Amino acid sequence: MIVPFDIIILIFLVITALISLRVRDLLGATMILGVYSFLICLLWAEMGAVDVAFTEAAVGAGVSTVFMIATIYHTRRHSSD
Amino acid sequence: MKWFGLIATVFTGILLLSAVPDFAAFGDPDSPANGGLGDHPSVSQYYITDTYTDTKVPNIVTAVLADYRGYDTMFETVVIFAAGIAIFAILRSFSGPVAPSHPTAIDTSVEGDHQRIIIGTTCRVIIPVIQLFALYVVAHGHHSPGGGFQGGVILGASFILVALAKDLSAALGRFSEKRYLALGSVGILIYAGFGLLCVALERNFLDYEILHRIMPATDPIMARSHSMLGVEVGVAFTVTAIMFAIYANLSSKGRLEQGF
Repeated sequence: MIVPFDIIILIFLVITALISLRVRDLLGATMILGVYSFLICLLWAEMGAVDVAFTEAAVGAGVSTVFMIATIYHTRRHSSD
Repeated sequence: MKWFGLIATVFTGILLLSAVPDFAAFGDPDSPANGGLGDHPSVSQYYITDTYTDTKVPNIVTAVLADYRGYDTMFETVVIFAAGIAIFAILRSFSGPVAPSHPTAIDTSVEGDHQRIIIGTTCRVIIPVIQLFALYVVAHGHHSPGGGFQGGVILGASFILVALAKDLSAALGRFSEKRYLALGSVGILIYAGFGLLCVALERNFLDYEILHRIMPATDPIMARSHSMLGVEVGVAFTVTAIMFAIYANLSSKGRLEQGF
C-alpha cells in the first residue's frame, strides 16, 4: 500500500463522484461513472484485492457502462432536474 | 427538503467517519479478524495456512468463493439469473413490429463504407481473442485472478461487441434468445447438480470431497479442485447468457429486432 498514491486516487474518486452527480448530460455522467469505476479498480488492485479489481473493471467499468448507454439511447439525453 | 437532505447526509457522514478509528489498521496481524481472539485462530488464518493442503488451489479467493463459501456463490449466481429474468419479464414484448422511434442511420456513402470495413475488420480480429481470454480467465481461476463471474462477463461482452459493431440481429444469429435462456438455466443446473451429486453420495450439499468416487483418477483433494472448476464453468454460463440477455432487451426495448 502506497499512501500518497491512495490519497490521490481517493481525491479523484470524490471529484468524479461529485461531477457525475452535477452533469446534466446523462451520457457524460455515464462516462464519468466509468472513470470512477476504473479509479476504484485501480485502488483495489493497488491494495492487493486483484480479484475484486478484475470484477470491477469487467462489470463496473465495462458492461454496466454499456447497459446505461443502451438505456440512455431510448430515453432523453439530458436530465430534467 | 433540500436542507433536510443535506443535514441527513452530513449527519450520516459524520456517524460513519466516527466509526473509522475503530477499524483495525490495514493488514494489522494482531487484529481479531486476522489474528483471532486469544488462542483461537481466526477463519482467515485458517484459509491462509490450510487452503493449499485442503484443496491444492493456490488462489485462496477462488477456493473460498467456490468451495468454503459455495452456498454464497451459488445463490449469487441465482440472483444474477433472477435479475436477468426480471429484466426479460419487464421489457420483452412480443407484439408485432413497430416503426422505430429512431430512424436507423445506415450510412451508404463511401465514407460510411470505409467506417464499416474498419469497425467490422477490427471486431473480426479482436472478438476471438476476447473470447479466448474469457475462457482462459474461467479455466485459470484457480491459479490467477479471475473465475466464473469475470470470465462470464468478458464472454458476454464479446457478444455485446458483435451487436455494437454490426447490429443486434447479427449477435442474435450467433446467440439466439432460446439459447441464452437455456444457457442461463443450464449454468445454475450445473452448479446445483454438483451439490446434489454430493448429496446423492451421502455427504452434505456442495461437499466436493466425496466426488472422487465418480471422478476417475482423483483423490479427495483433487476432487475439490476439479469440482471448483466445474462450478465456475456453471457460473460462467449463467453470467454470459444473462449479460447478453440484459443488453439485447435493453437496447431494443424488448423487441429484439434492432438495437444499435
